[in-house]
Amino acid sequence: MSSSPSLNTWSDALSGFSIGWFPLGLVIVAVIPLVFIALYALTYGVYGERKISAFMQDRIGPMEVGFWGILQTLADILKLLQKEDIVPTVADKFLFVIGPGILFVGSFLAFAVLPFGPAFIGADLNVGLFYAVGIVAIEVVGILAAGWGSNNKWALYGAIRSVAQIVSYEIPASIALLCAAMLAGTLSMQQITMMQAGPGGFLHWFLFTNPIAWLPFLIYFISSLAETNRAPFDIPEAESELVAGYFTEYSGMKFAVIFLAEYGSMFMVSAIISIAFLGGWTSPLPNIGGLELNTMTSGPVWGAFWIIMKGFFFIFVQMWLRWTLPRLRVDQLMYLCWKVLTPFSLVSFVLTAIWVINH
Amino acid sequence: MQELGKAETNSTRIIRQDDKRVIIEKDLDTEYMVLSMGPQHPSTHGVLRLECITDGEVVVEAEPYLGYLHRCFEKHCENVDYPGIVPYTDRMDYLAGINSELAFCITVEKLLDIEIPRRVEFIRVITAELNRIASHLVAIGTYAIDLGAFTPFLFCFRDREHILSLLEWISGARMLYNYIWIGGLAYDVPADFKKRVAEFVTYFRPKAVELFKLLTENEIFVKRTYDIGIMPADVAINYGWSGPMLRGSGVRWDLRRNDPYSIYPELDFNVPVPDGKFSVVGDCLSRHLVRALEMEESLRIIEQSLDKMPDVAGFDSRALIPKKIRPKAGEVYGRAENPRGELGYYIVSDGKSTKPLRCKARSSCFVNLSAMKDLSKGQLIPDLVAIIGSIDIVLGEVDR
Repeated sequence: MSSSPSLNTWSDALSGFSIGWFPLGLVIVAVIPLVFIALYALTYGVYGERKISAFMQDRIGPMEVGFWGILQTLADILKLLQKEDIVPTVADKFLFVIGPGILFVGSFLAFAVLPFGPAFIGADLNVGLFYAVGIVAIEVVGILAAGWGSNNKWALYGAIRSVAQIVSYEIPASIALLCAAMLAGTLSMQQITMMQAGPGGFLHWFLFTNPIAWLPFLIYFISSLAETNRAPFDIPEAESELVAGYFTEYSGMKFAVIFLAEYGSMFMVSAIISIAFLGGWTSPLPNIGGLELNTMTSGPVWGAFWIIMKGFFFIFVQMWLRWTLPRLRVDQLMYLCWKVLTPFSLVSFVLTAIWVINH
Repeated sequence: MQELGKAETNSTRIIRQDDKRVIIEKDLDTEYMVLSMGPQHPSTHGVLRLECITDGEVVVEAEPYLGYLHRCFEKHCENVDYPGIVPYTDRMDYLAGINSELAFCITVEKLLDIEIPRRVEFIRVITAELNRIASHLVAIGTYAIDLGAFTPFLFCFRDREHILSLLEWISGARMLYNYIWIGGLAYDVPADFKKRVAEFVTYFRPKAVELFKLLTENEIFVKRTYDIGIMPADVAINYGWSGPMLRGSGVRWDLRRNDPYSIYPELDFNVPVPDGKFSVVGDCLSRHLVRALEMEESLRIIEQSLDKMPDVAGFDSRALIPKKIRPKAGEVYGRAENPRGELGYYIVSDGKSTKPLRCKARSSCFVNLSAMKDLSKGQLIPDLVAIIGSIDIVLGEVDR
């Protein structure tokens, strides 16, 4: 399927816009995902998670600040801003300060290749998927810097665990994504999405067009939980074992930045899994005879809506798991990665290759 | 704590003199790190401090340090008259106040050799079993938190809240009841008592099943607790373990059956002991299972007691309380089955004073915790957390 003429029109137009030598358009392109992360982390990430967990646990959650506690996150942010910015005296100050920064940059850089609808993408790289998988690995450096720089034993344990976990889980995650790349025949995020677009809505998604894709889909979903340190793989920050893991010593805005990075990468992996297997920004509704639901719900704005909704759905599943399951032990986690997920991802890789050759 | 060699500044370089070092990989000889776990650590259940000597994630040795919550219970007792001690017993095992009071009161009653009205006995048993359920709910809930599951904890606390409001309605306090008095009760139960307790039993049964499905049958939970921290039955007996801990090791020992007190001989209930099908006998999962199954037995006891409890018009629960408690000279040891094991009081009276000459509390938590060093050897840190959780300590009782 060739790229439609309307692809990337908004972001291309924005990128070309500059005032004198200053590339204002490029800055705006970069700022849009940033604003999106902040807004979504504030609303759905923090407030939503608190409400969702509350309803799962027979509670009502925050109710005091604003109607139904809707301003609770704002109050929390104001509180965090007022907190004293403590750097432990024995900490390695440079690493301690730069750790959260690297962490956030790592999760934020991947947003560059996430298409928010057909018309907007930060950079439509021809190696977009590869870039997204690779850039996330920067987070490991941030975590290690934060954990080591804190000069705290719990933080060090958390950091070491986290590095082992993230590096290990990148293997099944990458192989699973490779299956999607093989099905699409390209690494560009927009092209992968375009391959799954069509009048049949969800029937064109990779998950439903072939009998193998559910396996890499599941493998990537499980691995993405581990990569973002979410339950049941949240052992790097296991609060009952390691107090708070690598961010034990952090407080105030540095703590907020770490949280922002976590929510950022949560959305990032959710968006990647939607793009790779669930058609990204394409509409799930099919055209049924004269009722052209798919055509009606496609377009730049609808595209942004669908990708965000799909991302939010997976974030909801992540929260659902978090509030249901206990935590795995560190060796069980490694067992799951190396002895279950990695072999199965290789199997799915071979099966996908056979499927692609025969179709 | 023995001397571990020099701790140099900035780097925790500890060299052990003896050769107890655990080497994970033969060629990789790593240094030990001393990890101080607690007293503010989230999973040490209060103010326990564990000094762990770790080799990577492996705990070479964990030494519990106590006393952060020491309140001189035994010395206090020597300066307060007998009824005045009852409120102090609440503060020992603060999650099961009624049970602590019951143990103390039956001890003093043994010393005084007085008869208790039958209705009082039933009320005591019902409230004690309610409190046992509440205590097990906290144990199970916090254990879930230790293993990373947050939701079961809140489910447990939701159900516990019903028990607490019942007990508050009866005694006026939520946790520190001062309800069971020597020779009687502080108050008779309110008029609707039977109805409301029966309502709670019907409410709680399905919730306990739900909790069992959510937590105990969870694959990850089983993986985290199965075959972890095994305590063989003979070692458990040598350590003096009691309660769910001992039963988890496969010993059918329950003071309500083996050394009956109050009206327990009249009641029909089982003493659950793991059979080794679902868990390895003596592991963390067995101990958890015993607690989970005991709640159902407590419900059965409550139901039977409600049926058998005599209704007495104009009943005065304080009628038989002695005006002045001055036991004849002698000593007595009384014990009762608490949610955490055998709580015993050893009381010496000189026959002249209204205060005990000596009052020693045999705390189940303290005895159970004494095996910590043995259990923790060579475990991973996450398993250490699972083991502490399965011991289910209340530091108020450990330190007294």
